[in-house]
Amino acid sequence: MEVKEIIRPENLVYKRTPLLTDAYLSYCPGCGHGTVHRLIMEVVEEMGIQEDTIGIAPVGCSVLAYDFMDIDCSQAAHGRAPAVATGIKRLWPDKYVFTYQGDGDLAAIGTGETIHACNRGENITIFFVNNGIYGMTGGQMAPTTLEGMKSSTSPYGRNNETMGPPYKITELVAQLEGTHYVTRQAVHKPGPVRKAKKAIRKALELQKENKGLSFIEFVSNCNAGWKMTPNDSNIWMEENMFPFYPMGDIKVDGKLVNG
Amino acid sequence: MKELALMKGNEAIAEAAIRAGVDGYFGYPITPQSEVMEYLMLQKPEERTGMVVLQAESEVASINMVYGAAGTGKKVMTSSSSPGISLMQEGISYIAGAELPCLIVNVVRGGPGLGTIQPSQADYFQSTKGGGHGDYRLIVLAPASVQEMADFVDLGFELAFKYRNPALILTDGLIGQMMEKVELSEQKERVSEFDQSWVTTGKTKERERNIITSLNLDPDLQYEHNLKLQAKYKSMDQDVMFEKIECGDADFLLVAYGSSARICQKVVEMARSKGLKVGLLRPQTLFPFPSEEIARMARKVKRMMAVELSAGQMVEDVQLAVNGKVPVTHYGMLGGKIHSPDDVLNEVEDKYIGGY
Amino acid sequence: MAKAKGAIVVDVERCKGCQVCMVNCPTDTIGMAEAVNGKGYHYAYMKDPESCTGCTNCAVVCPDGVITVYRVKKN
Repeated sequence: MEVKEIIRPENLVYKRTPLLTDAYLSYCPGCGHGTVHRLIMEVVEEMGIQEDTIGIAPVGCSVLAYDFMDIDCSQAAHGRAPAVATGIKRLWPDKYVFTYQGDGDLAAIGTGETIHACNRGENITIFFVNNGIYGMTGGQMAPTTLEGMKSSTSPYGRNNETMGPPYKITELVAQLEGTHYVTRQAVHKPGPVRKAKKAIRKALELQKENKGLSFIEFVSNCNAGWKMTPNDSNIWMEENMFPFYPMGDIKVDGKLVNG
Repeated sequence: MKELALMKGNEAIAEAAIRAGVDGYFGYPITPQSEVMEYLMLQKPEERTGMVVLQAESEVASINMVYGAAGTGKKVMTSSSSPGISLMQEGISYIAGAELPCLIVNVVRGGPGLGTIQPSQADYFQSTKGGGHGDYRLIVLAPASVQEMADFVDLGFELAFKYRNPALILTDGLIGQMMEKVELSEQKERVSEFDQSWVTTGKTKERERNIITSLNLDPDLQYEHNLKLQAKYKSMDQDVMFEKIECGDADFLLVAYGSSARICQKVVEMARSKGLKVGLLRPQTLFPFPSEEIARMARKVKRMMAVELSAGQMVEDVQLAVNGKVPVTHYGMLGGKIHSPDDVLNEVEDKYIGGY
Repeated sequence: MAKAKGAIVVDVERCKGCQVCMVNCPTDTIGMAEAVNGKGYHYAYMKDPESCTGCTNCAVVCPDGVITVYRVKKN
């Protein structure tokens, strides 16, 4: 069968969601941010909730997330996205409100807002992309940078003794009463992408049920910051990030999975 | 039907907020303004009007809650005192940059640092010159009575929405803690129609998506945005408000706002009884500042004196307005101490006689 | 073996040549073009169109969402 016979509207099985704008993604080649953006927008499209969804963009690589998602968005000060989302959701309880944040934004400068929004059980969704580095500012050490991992501010590798160890904020927020669904996902391979999408759908559906806060971490790559090719960075991520940040659900239906 | 009540200034702000149809208050406790949130919580505004009141984990969080909620077109506010307002400056800069309407109340205390909880007017520069990073201005209202504490809530929102700009009520513990008779306005409906040209309430099919942001990486666009902001600030001059007391024949003009204006009102009385032709100009808006009126007065009086509970902040704006036409001096107490009418009168007599 | 027949269309100008689709293609259908697009990237293309099953794995992992997938459901 000729290729042009296959490429017909009736045979279409996958196309880019129209909820991603035409703007050229500002991310480096192979960066997981684009995939997470797309999955969120696919879910918003499939649930038919574009008119009722408000996203909060952070400071960091995804500061321009609002350029790529065809929904109403608010751009927050560094780390403050959960507070901004709280303000919106409290006044518009019927809307779907999510934050989209990186590890520096969420787990360093925004720790207070993250913990307290989670603890209050704000009925929002936090999408947390953890690539273990400050990408936008040039690859500095993040709160999630692994021990021994090199960055521009830990050029000889992270020294846990002097710089403090990396920490797992996702496990931390799972301990709080206000979180209902906490999970860790990845988007580097087709299988994980499909699972991640299901997690996103579940999280947004939970907002409708007023169950409290849903928190999804995506362990992702930063090939530019890690100074690797995209595929090498994905392999490195599986070998080094996943053992410290294990995949899977941490809290489901308000109960710790390994509690 | 108007209702009379005896209230503290801080309580009057809270009651006026409910009656103004405010949708949300986000705050964090700090003396001397804690009564604002305490009063709100006690009043169950969620039952009275559906107003949301939330105690945040910090002033940083509360101003960012205001930022988020203000971006949806609802009437939202916060209140704090000097150190808390300092913490909010980043958020206020974002709100100004993103051109969102909101109301911020600063019940000023003596500083710098943790300072004291006593009244002060040392946050004038911070309030009227921007406060955070970047070229921006707030609409700044300076109430001098419990009545104005209540009235300026409505006025603040009116101006904030008119200009899509944060408005700030600049007061201190003297007005905030003082009890006076206040005439409360009638209950207003909460807003139910939102300007779809900018609010983030969800992209409808009828419009493009709306984005609340202060980011513009293209310097040409950021330049244009700044010019637009500056033009807006300039246009606020039309809403300047001030009160003149005994200015008709005055040859010595006091310029004072808020609690100092209350004290100066007494000074004017005392000076007049001694035959001194002293008048008082009381700015009710500190931004926009009544520069034009002060310049006009500079052609009539022989001397001016700015009286503030600070080392001399507003006096600079008075001097700029006067532009050297008459001598302008400053008198003020620092760090939470309050000048008595006698203190000010002594200074007036000294300058009045000595300066002629 | 009666495999489904598939094909992909790559939005050449949006492709950043990251190769994530290529390594995730189970049938080794995808290669990177020798030519470059306007941004200077070697873009993805079907180097072996015959082998494509239209499984969508490439599109699902593509960070830039540049791949459209077609599949003939039944012969």
